[in-house]
Amino acid sequence: MRIFFDAEVLAAAWPGICSGIGVTLGLALTSIAAGVALGLVLATVRALLRGAPLRPVGGLIAAYADVFRAMPPLVLLVVLYFAAPFAGIELSGFMAAFVALGLVLGASAEEIFWAGITSVNRGQWEAALSTGLSRGEAFRRVVLPQAVRLTIPPLTNRAIATGKNTALASVVAVPEVLNQAASVQAQTASPAPLLLAAGVYVALFLPLVRIGRWLETRFHIR
Amino acid sequence: MSEFFQTFLNPGVMAESSGLLLRGLWVTVQACLIVVPGGLFFGAGLALAQTLAPAWGARSLSWGVDLIRAFPPLVLLVLIVHGLPFLGIEPPPLLGVGIALTINTSTYYGEILRAGILSIEPTQWEAARSTGLGTMATLRHVILPQGVRNVLPDLAGNTLEAVKLTSLASVVALPDLLRMARVAQGVHFNPSPLILAALLYLALLWPLVRLIRRLGGRAVLPA
Repeated sequence: MRIFFDAEVLAAAWPGICSGIGVTLGLALTSIAAGVALGLVLATVRALLRGAPLRPVGGLIAAYADVFRAMPPLVLLVVLYFAAPFAGIELSGFMAAFVALGLVLGASAEEIFWAGITSVNRGQWEAALSTGLSRGEAFRRVVLPQAVRLTIPPLTNRAIATGKNTALASVVAVPEVLNQAASVQAQTASPAPLLLAAGVYVALFLPLVRIGRWLETRFHIR
Repeated sequence: MSEFFQTFLNPGVMAESSGLLLRGLWVTVQACLIVVPGGLFFGAGLALAQTLAPAWGARSLSWGVDLIRAFPPLVLLVLIVHGLPFLGIEPPPLLGVGIALTINTSTYYGEILRAGILSIEPTQWEAARSTGLGTMATLRHVILPQGVRNVLPDLAGNTLEAVKLTSLASVVALPDLLRMARVAQGVHFNPSPLILAALLYLALLWPLVRLIRRLGGRAVLPA
């Protein structure tokens, strides 16, 4: 049992894991911000072009959401990191992970925002337009604020999932928590660093998972 | 353009690596055949335990579920596959992967099934009990058939997630589709096998995504 909590190994692993926490948080926050922004922009474009002659654009956006929902994030990451260089696109591990996680979250976020927007009663659109608001204003001031309320719990959950998926970046040598732990584990042949990393992940994500659960009951989506 | 095809969709390379990829695909299918039924089975157990347990029991179960969910699936996988041998337990790689991913996905199946059970009105319980059915018989004949139907889209959605999850197995050297594609890429020094593997995942999972949409499902799954 002692081998799992070897103090010497833990002390050796600690500085690396600490710097790993910074990388994990940095990757998580940037990809969540990019993914949510991407989803919001795509859902907005899709909503504003609804019924217009540019309808195929909406179909393209829906297809994007489908493809990135069907693609395992790790497969996307591996393609971006190991295949893209053959096209002359050299991404660092961090950039590849950022793009992969951002694209995957963008697809879910688009779907979530779109579901929120379409759930707002058509009468709200018509009333807003009849007061003389333009389409853009009606969307921004009337429809979107009502839609966003519904999107908060599922969006929180997808953001947490994205945060957890930063562990995938260890595969492309990004020195985040799991990668740091695995390299010390390889040097010391001890499972202690992995347990320490697991503890770090629990400390980071258990509160978030609880908040996600609370939001779901609070807004009572089902 | 033809240079692009020669690089990313090289017919010769794809033909030569198709054997490897098919073997990898079979390992991926095997992993799915462990993780999906296993997750459903233990998820159903979890949902029933939470339904039947007294309030304090259900609360501690929900903390346990959240504790498991706080682990990134890859961390759980690495911990189990690389940690168990230190306890003197060395399951075959496919089984180790199956255990880790089943633990992860059963918590989601469990929550979905529990939501299904809770979606049935209490009067259904009362009516069934008043006809003389016991608790278990009520669950089996009255509550579950209706409850499961209510959450069918979410169950399909989580099955999609579980299948996608099996690609993690490549990280712990299980020769699954993704792993074999990497191997073939290394052999040919050409990314075509990787692109082919990605297209295979799409071909397998896109129909499932469409099916989920038809069922009225959303990407609104728990974290």
